[in-house]
Amino acid sequence: MSDAVTLTGMPAQARRDIGIKRRYAAERRFRAYGIIAMAVGLFFLAALIFSVVSKGYTAFVQTTITLPIEFTEKDVDPDNKRGENPAVLAQGDFAKLIKQGLAKRLGFDPSDRKSAKLATAMISDSARTDLRDMLVADPSLVGKTVNVSLLAEGNIDSANKGQIDLSVPEARRKVKDKQLEWMKTLRDAGDLTKAFNTGLFTNGASSRPEAAGLGVAAMGSLFMMVTVFVLSLPIGVAASIYLEEFAPKNRLTDLIEVNINNLAAVPSIVYGLLGLSIFINFAGMPRSAALVGGLVLTLMTLPTIIIATRASLKAVPPSIRSAALGLGASKMQTIFHHVLPLAMPGILTGTIIGLAHALGETAPLLLIGMVAFVADFPATPLEPSTALPVQIYMWANEAERAFTERTSGAIIVLLTFLILMNLGAILLRRRFERRW
Amino acid sequence: MNMMAETTLEPKQAQAMNEPVYKMIGNKVSVFYGTKQALFEVSLPVREKTVTALIGPSGCGKSTFLRSLNRMNDTIDNCRVTGQITLDGQDIYDPSIDVVELRARVGMVFQKPNPFPKSIYENVAYGPKIHGLARNKADLDQIVETSLIKAGLWNEVKDRLHEAGTGLSGGQQQRLCIARAVAVSPEVILMDEPCSALDPIATAKVEELIHELRSNFTIVIVTHSMQQAARVSQRTAMFHLGNLVEENDTDKIFTNPDESRTQDYIMGRFG
Repeated sequence: MSDAVTLTGMPAQARRDIGIKRRYAAERRFRAYGIIAMAVGLFFLAALIFSVVSKGYTAFVQTTITLPIEFTEKDVDPDNKRGENPAVLAQGDFAKLIKQGLAKRLGFDPSDRKSAKLATAMISDSARTDLRDMLVADPSLVGKTVNVSLLAEGNIDSANKGQIDLSVPEARRKVKDKQLEWMKTLRDAGDLTKAFNTGLFTNGASSRPEAAGLGVAAMGSLFMMVTVFVLSLPIGVAASIYLEEFAPKNRLTDLIEVNINNLAAVPSIVYGLLGLSIFINFAGMPRSAALVGGLVLTLMTLPTIIIATRASLKAVPPSIRSAALGLGASKMQTIFHHVLPLAMPGILTGTIIGLAHALGETAPLLLIGMVAFVADFPATPLEPSTALPVQIYMWANEAERAFTERTSGAIIVLLTFLILMNLGAILLRRRFERRW
Repeated sequence: MNMMAETTLEPKQAQAMNEPVYKMIGNKVSVFYGTKQALFEVSLPVREKTVTALIGPSGCGKSTFLRSLNRMNDTIDNCRVTGQITLDGQDIYDPSIDVVELRARVGMVFQKPNPFPKSIYENVAYGPKIHGLARNKADLDQIVETSLIKAGLWNEVKDRLHEAGTGLSGGQQQRLCIARAVAVSPEVILMDEPCSALDPIATAKVEELIHELRSNFTIVIVTHSMQQAARVSQRTAMFHLGNLVEENDTDKIFTNPDESRTQDYIMGRFG
């Protein structure tokens, strides 16, 4: 040891201060900042998810009331014509059937109008169409009594889920004491139950919260995503390959590059205005159609895809290109046999992130009329439909308690789709990723 | 020792019997990158079935000259070549010459081993496939095997032809790249510092390989190692600052060069 000291010519304690402590302290500080930043981000994420899930999970169950419904012939087919024309069954007085069923089940006199009104208010208006569809599908039900599960009205549903403050005086709440009493009777008998809310996924728009669903919106979103994928992936990839591999580097291509980067930052509502004036006013395409929405979102997604694709093309090592070119592969062969396969994970990630972005986009769709009350499923992308985020926007404007939970429920559905898409992007990238 | 004996003997014999055959001839070749001139009127003949080494300090234009022999410089945007380079008497910069065909005749091995991220088999088979050299699968298998044998890699990889080429060691990867270049049966093989990323053992193997390949191919090799140039080549060209200083038999360059600059460089006085 003493040798070492004499060799350096300095005693050990007089070593030069090169700021080791300071450097480590700086590093520790920086790490602490990083952890704080992460914690803040995670806190807000957790708050968002908690708020949405706690408000929205109840939207996935729905209260139904089981009633004995007698399809009395004089109410559904008074003139006995169903033999020649089964369609007359559709004109039956189904409201009356429900009232009679309620009267029988809850034990009040059907002519007692006050009780009848309170009781029928517990059942969703949509139950009438359900009964009608049931009877039209099976005319042999006439004259029979069947136990049918009917959708409870939205407020009853909310009360059943414990979302209505019952300490408020009766006059100031939507659910009356008599109804609560009936609910208890029904619940004790097992006739008022909560079941998985399939209607949330299959129904279209409705002004009655219990009958409103995301079906039409999901269909519209699906049509739009297909349009965006089919158009923006080939156009975006072709444009990027041309710009990156073939185009000469000059002022024009520089200008194009700057503009593409700018377009990626243009507010989406501007794309909506563009779509309105070009696709609808100029090209005469229908309003509220998923195809137009898809075209607008394609325009919006293209810059994202082009930027991602160009970046991943650039990231392919030049040695691979040289190797292929040196073997006598043409430029086209080099790109399609070697460069593109290596760039694929990046391209797909960019595309899926672009799609996920498009899936959650609302503003441009408002301008092309996709914010509409659409109850019927669109059979083609040219028919009116809405989209998931627009449906959320519309439900958020409704006052009923049941719409509030549906808004959050729809947000959960949308977030689930987004998470699935991003997960897909990660899996695809893992799958395709290769080292070189 | 045996190798050195050959290198000293052969050119003399060739000259005694007849004039040397020139495979490629560069005539007043100048290369510009934008406005910067990298090569100044270099006139250099390349003899057939001979290893020609290009030596010189970094940035002297030897790689630039090499890359202009199969027009790899074309891939650089602002690169311009003037003068004339012929392959079997035909100007390779003539508009009638297809660059794809040229590169099939003049193959290239790069400084860093750059196998495709595919299987060993596919690496070698790629060239024959795109040029349609194999009529069927058996043909292709044959080409792959012959090429790997020529590159001295067959025994090491014959049991794992379908594993990734990138999984081989550095030296094996470089020999795979040589096999890949050989597979398209080029007439000339250009090598741009093929051993600079390899350890001495792998280097020795590649050098031995170059020595064997000489019987079938014309080889031009850029190298920074004087010993390597002396070991593998029969002709050596010395470049400096974009000019060709001199070109002569390797043993003449290394024992008694005409130019003092060559002498200085070989002795390690600059560069």
